This record gives sequence, C-alpha cells and structure tokens, in this order.
Amino acid sequence: MNIIVFIKQVPETTEVKINPETNTLIREGVTSIINPFDMYAIEEGLRVREAKGGRVTVITMGPPQAEAALRQCIAMGVDEVVLLSDRVFAGSDTLATSYTLSCAVRKIKDFDLIICGKQASDGDTAQVGPGIAQHLNIPFVTYVRKIEEIPEDRKSIRVEKMVDEGYEVREMKLPALITVVKEINEPRLESLRGKLNAKKAQIPVWTFSDMEMDKERLGLDGSPTQVIKIFTPQPREAGEIFEGEAEDCVNKLVEKMKENKIV
Amino acid sequence: MDYLLTEEQEMIRELASKITENKIMPVREELDRTGEFPGGIVKDIAAADLFRVAIPEEYGGIGGGCLELCLIVEELSRGCAGVAVSFAASALGAFPINRFGSEEQKKKYLPLLASGEKLAAFGLTEPNAGSDAGAIETTAKPEGDEYVLNGTKVFITNGGEADIYVIIAMTNKEKGARGASALIVEKGTPGFSFGKKEDKMGIRCSATRELVFDNCRIPKGNLIGREGTGFIITMSNFNHSRSGIGAQALGTAQGALDEAVKYSGERVQFGKTIATFQAIQHKLADMAIQVEAARALIYSTARMIDSGKQKNFSKESAISKVFPSDVAMAVTVEAIQVLGGYGYMKDYPVEKYMRDAKIMQIYEGTNEIQRNIIGLELIKESKRKKK
Ligand SMILES: Cc1cc2nc3c(=O)[nH]c(=O)nc-3n(C[C@H](O)[C@H](O)[C@H](O)COP(=O)(O)OP(=O)(O)OC[C@H]3O[C@@H](n4cnc5c(N)ncnc54)[C@H](O)[C@@H]3O)c2cc1C
Repeated sequence: MNIIVFIKQVPETTEVKINPETNTLIREGVTSIINPFDMYAIEEGLRVREAKGGRVTVITMGPPQAEAALRQCIAMGVDEVVLLSDRVFAGSDTLATSYTLSCAVRKIKDFDLIICGKQASDGDTAQVGPGIAQHLNIPFVTYVRKIEEIPEDRKSIRVEKMVDEGYEVREMKLPALITVVKEINEPRLESLRGKLNAKKAQIPVWTFSDMEMDKERLGLDGSPTQVIKIFTPQPREAGEIFEGEAEDCVNKLVEKMKENKIV
Repeated sequence: MDYLLTEEQEMIRELASKITENKIMPVREELDRTGEFPGGIVKDIAAADLFRVAIPEEYGGIGGGCLELCLIVEELSRGCAGVAVSFAASALGAFPINRFGSEEQKKKYLPLLASGEKLAAFGLTEPNAGSDAGAIETTAKPEGDEYVLNGTKVFITNGGEADIYVIIAMTNKEKGARGASALIVEKGTPGFSFGKKEDKMGIRCSATRELVFDNCRIPKGNLIGREGTGFIITMSNFNHSRSGIGAQALGTAQGALDEAVKYSGERVQFGKTIATFQAIQHKLADMAIQVEAARALIYSTARMIDSGKQKNFSKESAISKVFPSDVAMAVTVEAIQVLGGYGYMKDYPVEKYMRDAKIMQIYEGTNEIQRNIIGLELIKESKRKKK
C-alpha cells in the first residue's frame, strides 16, 4: 500500500487574529503546528502501512518554514516527505490548492490511498481533500471514523463515515481518498530515532518547474475565491431558556413575545 | 537553569516530558488507586525509543549513558514515580548484561530490552538479606552444564512483568561473598515462579513481587562474567544506578513544587492569594533551592560517571542518591503544607508525591547504608592522603 498524506502547517491557536486592513491572518508571534486534524491522517497512514506494508509519503504546500512540519512527520516515522513551495503557489484558494496538490500526486503516480484531515483549523473549509479527489478523478469519502477493511487484493476499501445520526458504511475502489475525523485513532508521539533522522533529513522541495501543471490554475490567478472582507463577529448574547412544564413555558414565552411587541 | 545539555539530550528530555504530560498525568491517580501495572505507558515509552537510550548502538540502542537515563527518569517521575521505576528497573537489569555479559548474551538479550519488547529486573534482596546483601541464601549449584537454583527473592521491581531477570545467587557457599554469581533467568523457565505481589504505600503501580526458585535449572551459558563476581557486578550496577534513584527523587520533588507554586497562586485567603504571604513564599523558595541543588548534583555526578575518567565513584554515587531522596521527602511534605487540608486529600497529587518519595530513601541501599559507604570512603581517602 502506498499512502499519501496531505498536511498543512497552521498557527497554534484557536483564536486566529485578523489584520482588518489586509484581510489576512496575523501570523507574527504565533507558533506553527501541524493542523491537529492532519495528525490523525498521519497516524492512520502509519497504521495502514504497519498492517499492510508499503510506504507513507507526506506532502505539504507552503512557505519554506513548512519544512518543520515535515520534519515532525519524519520523527513520527513516515518514509518520505515533499514540500511544494514556489512563489507562484502563493495566494491559492481551495481550488488552486487542491489542483496543485493533485499535480504532486500525478508526479508520484504510484499510490493506493490518500488520507487528509477532515479540515484545517485555520480555514475550516474541508474542501481541499474532496478537491484533490475530483482533480484526480478518484472516489472519496469524507469524515471517516474507521477503516473497516482493505481486502487482501487491495483493490477496494470499506470505511465508516460519521454522519449526524451515527455512521454509514461505505465501500469504494482503490485508489481513493478519505478525510478522517479525530475519532479514528490516537496519534503517536515522536520517537528518538525518528527525531534523530528528522534532524539529518534533507527535505525535497518541488517547485512549479518540477511538476506538470497549468500555470493559470495556480496561486492567485487560479483562485476564483475572492475575500471581500474578514471580520470577527460580535459574540451574540445568550438566549433565555424557560424551564418547567411545557404549558408554563409556552405561557412564559407568549408573555415575553408580547412584552417585546413581537405579537 | 541551563545545564548545557546537548541537542540529543534535550530531545530525550522532551520526549519523556511529552509522555509524562500526555500519557502519565491523565491516568496516574487511577494507577495509584488500582495498583495496576502501567503496561500501556511502558509501550509508549518503548515506542519513543527511550528503552534504547542506555544500550550500545550495535545492540539496537542509542549509546547514551547515566545522564540520559537520569533525564528520562526525572521527567517520568514528575508524572509518576511508579512508572519511572518500572522503566529504571529494566535498565538495572540490563546493565549487568551490557557491562559484564558475553557477546552471545548481549546479542540475545540487549536488542529485546532496547526495543522495550521485553523488560528486565534485578533480583538481590531476600527475606533475610536486605541491607546485609552478603547474607543471601539463594543457591545456584553447578551440575553438569547447568546451574540449579533454589531460594526466594523478595521485593523485586518488575517481578512478574519482566521477562529477563538478573539474579544474584551463591554458586559456592564456602567462599562467602566471593561465592556469589550473577545469572540470567528467563521467565517461563521450569521451577521459576512468582509469589506474593506487594501492596505498597507509594509507587503503587510498579510491580514489586517475590521470585521463587524451586530446582530451577538454567544453562551455564547464563552466567554473567565469571563465577564469584556476583557482588562485584552488583556494586558496579548500584554505583551506576544510584544517581537514577536521585533522578526519581528529583522529578518527584519538582512535581510537588510545581503543584505547590500553582496552588499558592490560586488559593485566596484573607482576600489575597496565599502566594502573597511571605511565609508561603519562603517555603516555596526553600523547596526550589533544594530541588535545584539536587539537580545540579545529579547531573554533575552522571556526567562524571559517563566520562569514564574516575574509576571509583561509590562515594559520589551514594551522595547523588542520599541528598536528592532526603530533599524529595522534605519537599513533598512541605508541598502538602502549602496546600493545607487540600494537600492531605487524594483530589490533589501532592500526597501521592509524598508517599512515592518515601521509597527513595529506602531502596537500592537505604540512606543509612549510603552514609556508611560515604563515611567509609572518607576514611579511606584520608588514609591514602597520609601515606
Ligand atoms: C518497593 C521496593 C522495591 C524494591 N525493588 C528491589 C529490586 O528490584 N531488587 C532488589 O534486589 N531489591 C529491591 N528492593 C529491596 C530494597 O533494596 C531493600 O528493601 C533495602 O535494601 C533495605 O533492605 P531491608 O528492607 O531488608 O531493610 P533492613 O536491611 O532490614 O534495614 C532496616 C533498617 O535498618 C537499617 N540498617 C540496616 N543495616 C544497617 C547498618 N549496617 N547500619 C545502619 N543502619 C542499618 C536500615 O537502614 C533500615 O533503616 C525493593 C524494596 C522495595 C520496598
């Protein structure tokens, strides 16, 4: 099984601050980490490899600093990493990003399974995983909470997909893509040998000229999404909850509506 | 304080610290309550390669030494000394094989211990031989190409959990202390069984158990070194491991100090946090002074041992066990005082730190025995100077 895992380096904070003038994230003074959801993707990749053999390749697109995230993947035990880094990639929206990442997969050619986290903690779009699958024309299942089976012939995969009411069992042909949720596993810690390897490792960097790609579909030019304005919404005041017997609650509610001249 | 650790040593410390924060702290209260062996955490420690640290590279290790082991033990003890001693006891069992074993023994056992797939233990103490180790009664009678073991070891850490036991037994009773030998006994050998599992005051999740040998036959190839060197191997083992007990004490004391500092900044009495009272500040300061002194002592001793420059260091090694363990006892008691009534309750971890700290004054040679060693060495040194 050759597995590709896509990860993203994100700011380590749940409270992302935004520069109101440029509409971009303020990254100064914020340490970068691997997107927490991607940690489950890496772990699942390692587990599939341990069960089925093969290799795990982790790919990220980002500035040269994103190398640190890839070193952490090596410390966790992945076989190969690739950094996609080029000025022409800058300003990519989810469409351009998923296109760029799919070009890296086409270059690698030989793969059975792609694993992504369910979404990135900074953008929260959950679009890049499915986008890659569409560009590659392969099947995908999002929000996977368990890989149930990959049969011996390795031609298909059966997974459990989380849905509001519980889960669905889905089966699809390989090669395929899944995005995973945190219920799927508990990511391992790094190992000492892994860390020593990570320290020594040369991180391969692929630029525009290393892949076969259509320049118009990259970066800002390839991004139809336009951010008009980003703002931090004002927190809403908590609503009022009526407790007690249904009849009393209804009466209270009607009173309240009258009071506020709603009825 | 910056102890000028190498990048690799920092990595080792960081890995152990992550295990403490993510794996040990969330479950330590439960481990303490149930006394259940922390098998899962041992696996995590193995996955992080920490069992490899003090094993040479050619046997699957990283080739570190005493200081690296101390860094791990300190960090793990900050979480739970019961977990830390389960790790450390395996190193105690591995050392005689690594230092005195044959090439064949090293090839057979060290890779298994390095990967953490198997744990080791060291068995010396007997019902009638604690501080007086020379009084051991377990025999290993040579018979053809085998030894036949008979006797009982008590209080053996990792007893039942370990697969590889280094046992000190008399191969020749007539020779007294020179008749003792170190032997490798594998779990599952016929005639080797486990007796009583102890219910302890502290380090409750570590396994402390009786080993029973009843006509247990082991191949002669399991003898470590030569016949008669059992106590030389034992002393060398303890000389190398005592700063590790110091590191257990250091981590335990640091953990208690951290809790005390945190609590004192939160607890409000008389309209202020108790940290604003000088009486509390001075307690915290005295605790910190002792903890830092213990750390400086342990790291320097471990560095000296690892340098290989000094041949006899039984005095230094004893000092690096006595001082930190006395510090841990005092600091953990004081931490409870800082937390007041809450410190006495199991809802907070400080009373556990105190119960854990007590063992460090006792095992691997009581602090009285350590002081005997230090005193004796002082007298020897002064005699040497006179000559
Ligand atoms: C939790 C735990 C884990 C252990 N793990 C191991 C292990 O893995 N392997 C192993 O071999 N052993 C192990 N031990 C045994 C431990 O090392 C002994 O308990 C210790 O050496 C003390 O021996 P004792 O308990 O027989 O006490 P005793 O020797 O009976 O001592 C009783 C008291 O007398 C004092 N005393 C004795 N002799 C002298 C003297 N000459 N001068 C001054 N004071 C003296 C002692 O300091 C102590 O205060 C463990 C013990 C415990 C409790």
